[in-house]
Amino acid sequence: MPGAIYAEGLVKTFGDVRALDGVDLDVPEGTVLGLLGPNGAGKTTTVRVLTTLLQPDSGRAVVAGVDVLRHPEKVRRSIGLSGQFAAVDEYLTGRENLQMVGQLYQMKAKAAKVRADELLERFRLADAADRTAKTYSGGMRRRLDLAAALVVSPPVMFMDEPTTGLDPRNRQALWEVIKELVAGGTTLLLTTQYLEEADHLAHDICVVDQGKVIARGTSDQLKAQTGGERVEVVVHEPDMIAGARGVLGRYGIAGRGPDEVSVEDHTRKLTVPVSGGAKLLAEVIRDLDAVGVEIDDIGLRRPTLDDVFISLTGHAAALTEEENGGPPEADGRGRRQTKETAK
Amino acid sequence: MSTMNDSLVIARRNLIRMTRIPEMILFGLIQPVMFVILFTYVFGGSMSIGGSTDPDVYKNFLMAGIFAQTVTFATAGAGAGIADDMHKGLIDRFRSLPMARGAVLTGRTLADLVQTALTLLVLAIVALIIGWRPGYAEPTNFGRVMAGFGLLLLLGYAFTWIGALIGLSVRTPEAATSGGLIWLFPVTFISNAFVDSSQMPSWLQPIAEWNPFSATVQACRTLFGDPGVSPSDAWPMQYPVWASLIYSVLIVAIFRTLSVRKYRRADG
Repeated sequence: MPGAIYAEGLVKTFGDVRALDGVDLDVPEGTVLGLLGPNGAGKTTTVRVLTTLLQPDSGRAVVAGVDVLRHPEKVRRSIGLSGQFAAVDEYLTGRENLQMVGQLYQMKAKAAKVRADELLERFRLADAADRTAKTYSGGMRRRLDLAAALVVSPPVMFMDEPTTGLDPRNRQALWEVIKELVAGGTTLLLTTQYLEEADHLAHDICVVDQGKVIARGTSDQLKAQTGGERVEVVVHEPDMIAGARGVLGRYGIAGRGPDEVSVEDHTRKLTVPVSGGAKLLAEVIRDLDAVGVEIDDIGLRRPTLDDVFISLTGHAAALTEEENGGPPEADGRGRRQTKETAK
Repeated sequence: MSTMNDSLVIARRNLIRMTRIPEMILFGLIQPVMFVILFTYVFGGSMSIGGSTDPDVYKNFLMAGIFAQTVTFATAGAGAGIADDMHKGLIDRFRSLPMARGAVLTGRTLADLVQTALTLLVLAIVALIIGWRPGYAEPTNFGRVMAGFGLLLLLGYAFTWIGALIGLSVRTPEAATSGGLIWLFPVTFISNAFVDSSQMPSWLQPIAEWNPFSATVQACRTLFGDPGVSPSDAWPMQYPVWASLIYSVLIVAIFRTLSVRKYRRADG
């Protein structure tokens, strides 16, 4: 039986640009799927198709057990959408916004008002309930937008870049809200450009690039694909680098000795791929001490999703942030060039 | 789901918005009042209506034209409002909700209708103050005068649907405002609104006489008992009330269909 969100072979072209090039998804009920990718990768287009806003050229999608293309009106009763542009009416108050959305979900005026008050309380907006959304901060607007998507407690939620443009504190706060939501059993599809966010919130991750899913799995599985863990050491004095290198060479996973250790002279940082986890660190520290190497810092580094992204696409996710807002064609070309230089 | 209910929820939302931006209502009122005063006192003395150059005749002739032009300007407001909703992502939110498909647009046009009625009321009072007298040329009564305002509101409502289609078709509210206004100038000026159309070049006359806008102006003059009712043989000039009704209903039917279809497919 397909999951709460299921898609098969979604294709959508805009002119010459293939925004979706055969996207398949399967999100089991009550789980979170993170759709991770740079701008123009096809994340938003996927969400627009699944939320009935956009007709795909081909493919099939089922949300909450209903065929999206055949019965879009039924799908709309079971979904909540929270977009990256925080779609609330800025001239209405927070309460008026939520009440309106409730009524448009076909609630009676009174029930919509009661529900609006509940949500305002829950999203810490009760004090600002009677102020127009125009006066809200970015974080408050996002919370109001999210509340609007939750008016009928839909079983399936879509969030398109929920924290883009938020400062770290507000991002953290929104993450807590999202986690609570998922703990309550909601199935969630979340798009993000932030690797950290996907790592933090999603059970499963699909990495998308140029309209295709290029990798999928749990955060740990994706990291394992990229390679294992490394020990990083920063020594106190430049003349200690050679000694440290000799020690670290003994722990190299390939057994090639000091050759396996990479050195950054200006930061006095040495890195070596290892296996064995945290208990290895104690041994390394003891051995370094034995040869008289003083260290400023030592750590076991596991690959981040950033590393995953680079190894999968040949470019860092962050690179494309500079291309924000550019036309999709330019976006595609820009990325291809980056890839070639990287090779 | 109920189209009427959803439309009223959206209409209410747009009316609340309008009260939160009172300067928009104010500018909407100042503009037609300015037109009344400028046309009456600047052009009034040099216009000949039905052979009379009496400024009083022109004043009474002019009002139906200004009223009609004012109601059509609601087009720009509707277009800008809808374009703004598209731009800000509100249309996406509405389209993802289990609500009636036409309600977002119907609600907006209904809210604009309320604003148009308010503008018309203020304008009628100003017109009465500066000397417009229903029944100046022909006898009339309260019912006929109200019927005239009814036709004006219907024309305004019809034109907001044209605005809706413009709003859905352009990228920004600014474009919707200018796109909603530009074509209104030829439509309202190549008509019987401000001058006696029998004095236009002969090739322009039929355009003015068959202009849907002229039908409503002629109908209002007839119903208000104003001077300067065109004696033209053109059908809309002979049966202006019917012509005005038919034109307005047709415009609503055509542009509502096109707009709702565009709304359903809106790809943002």
